[in-house]
Amino acid sequence: MSENKALLSIENVETYYGNIRALSGVTVHADAGEIVTLIGANGAGKSTLMMTIFGMPRARTGRIMFDGKDITHLPTHEIARLRIAQSPEGRRIFPRMTVQENLQMGASLDKLEFFDEDVRKVFDLFPRLKERINQRGGTLSGGEQQMLAIGRALMARPRLLLLDEPSLGLAPLIIKHIFEAIKELNKTTGLTVFLVEQNAFGALKLADRGYVMVNGIVTMSGASKDLLANPEVRAAYLEGGRH
Amino acid sequence: MADVQTSKAESTIAKAIKEGLFAAALALGLFLLIVGFRTDQNIRNELVLNQRWGLLAIFVLVAGFGRFFLTAYVTPWNAARAAKKRTAVAKEAKEQSSFRKSFPKIGLAILFIYPFLVISILAAYNGSMMGGLQGSLKYVDNFGIQILIYVMLAWGLNIVIGLAGLLDLGYVAFYAVGAYSYALLSTHFGLSFWLLLPMAGIFAALWGIVLGFPVLRLRGDYLAIVTLAFGEIIRLVLINWTVVTKGTFGISGIAKATLFGIPFTPGPGGFANLLGLPNSGVYYKIFLYYLILFLALLTAWVTIRLRRMPIGRAWEALREDEIACRSLGINTTTTKLTAFATGAMFGGFAGSFFAARQGFVSPESFVFLESAIILAIVVLGGMGSLVGIAIAAAVMIGGTELLRELEFLKLVFGNDFTPELYRMLLFGLAMIVVMVWKPRGFVGNREPSAFLHKRKMISSEFTKEGHG
Repeated sequence: MSENKALLSIENVETYYGNIRALSGVTVHADAGEIVTLIGANGAGKSTLMMTIFGMPRARTGRIMFDGKDITHLPTHEIARLRIAQSPEGRRIFPRMTVQENLQMGASLDKLEFFDEDVRKVFDLFPRLKERINQRGGTLSGGEQQMLAIGRALMARPRLLLLDEPSLGLAPLIIKHIFEAIKELNKTTGLTVFLVEQNAFGALKLADRGYVMVNGIVTMSGASKDLLANPEVRAAYLEGGRH
Repeated sequence: MADVQTSKAESTIAKAIKEGLFAAALALGLFLLIVGFRTDQNIRNELVLNQRWGLLAIFVLVAGFGRFFLTAYVTPWNAARAAKKRTAVAKEAKEQSSFRKSFPKIGLAILFIYPFLVISILAAYNGSMMGGLQGSLKYVDNFGIQILIYVMLAWGLNIVIGLAGLLDLGYVAFYAVGAYSYALLSTHFGLSFWLLLPMAGIFAALWGIVLGFPVLRLRGDYLAIVTLAFGEIIRLVLINWTVVTKGTFGISGIAKATLFGIPFTPGPGGFANLLGLPNSGVYYKIFLYYLILFLALLTAWVTIRLRRMPIGRAWEALREDEIACRSLGINTTTTKLTAFATGAMFGGFAGSFFAARQGFVSPESFVFLESAIILAIVVLGGMGSLVGIAIAAAVMIGGTELLRELEFLKLVFGNDFTPELYRMLLFGLAMIVVMVWKPRGFVGNREPSAFLHKRKMISSEFTKEGHG
């Protein structure tokens, strides 16, 4: 696989909830080693796109390719087994299981042979989780739960990491910490990251490239720098949002 | 300072009196027509109005004084206790954990010596060995075996409900499948109990998968309704498929279990004869006791092992969040089906044991109430907790059996009083009390299932650093 070939490519995907079209003709790709972000307002369809990659809900038309393989119609767990990991919207950690057990669940694919090594990496990234190792997931603070959700996704040794609004409801300092951790991860391991965010400024500063989504349609795309400078993007997502 | 406290106490009393009067007035209004008057027919078939002021007064007084005591004493006492508990929480937690650790071991030891304990106590009481043997029948059979059957069923159901979080209201169907598998195959083909025990488990597991497939997409209340229907279907098939199951007559004369081929029959070749013991039915009961104890412990052991294995963790994760499970690469279809099959298998084991113990099976034994009782035991014990469920089974089943024995209640309530009739009422009351007092069951905390050796390695290393 060459460097510039897309690791993930979403081509002309349309997704419906019943009769309501949530995504119309979305085409997005992420190259290996890139951080790509998808920004947009509430209800634009960002999370739907994220879940469509996992087949929940399934794309009605178009196709989704991962590493040259068509994954549009694969069952969700088989998509995950291709080493696509996700920190889903609302974090979805297992509240009654401990931090350690949550991390074990993330490593379900590997019979735990890399568990010690990977858990150490996660704890290097989020030292706070180390202190909480035997605490139940549900008793963690929001920021810690987000760290756990990302940590759990990393335990799967992903080739592609999908992050759905990791900054949702968190304090600016914690957001900064999490974004730095993502950047660090990308730089040291070359992990491809697909980031869905409402926090447009932070996401664009972090990412290499960006897409803007409005009402289920990708309206703009380009290098993050260009998007940050784009007056339309500035007016819609940045000005007034950046205090 | 003291003034403030007395005035506070006074205001509580005043409030209690006010609420008590209000409750009494409410009761008066409510029961005046329901309890205060009663129409009877006299000998000429005329309606006469009877006034029952005394009874009405009792109702009103109970309501009024009950409310008064509740507000004046019970509520402040509860509040004080809660406050005290909050301050002493750290200390208590430590003491409790050491007790909790040793509790299963002590309980197990008692379970193992239970039949001999009963026999020796009764033998000493009656002054003869034979008296001890015969007297122990009731305690070993009605209490020991009966409770252990429910412990096993509840532990089996616990896999489905407590671990995988799939609300199954038709669990008794698998119990029935196990019982009828043994009954039919043993009466028609003369196969032995030890061969049919695993077969009954396998049949039940297959039925578990049969049930599992259509309900894969259902959760919560929808799942509950379909499983409830499944339980009823199995029962109705047993009633109506008379050619095979003999319908409501049931199947009788089912062969008893043997101990490695030694039958528990009187006369030459039997267990008592071989060992030179006096003839008694109690040996078979004691044998059955240890058999069901073994089966129940097998269930517990398998549950404990599975919880530490990937499949067990997948069950628990499935209970918490199905979508997260799927996106972590867990095949939720096979995970659910294995949960249904494993739970059903233990139901099947228990069923074949039941058939061997009774020597008779009929659809009467597999009504919905049985499913409800097993479910109640799981919920009362605390979903997922083996120890809690065992305690709940002992309390619920042992308690209802015990109520049959409470002759002294006749002294209190008069000779017409039959405690058996109030069994279910007290059963229900006890359930409500437990649910109010401990909403998550006797043992509501989920024990983390982190593994043995690896866990130590990780936790000691990291917790040390965590303090820095």
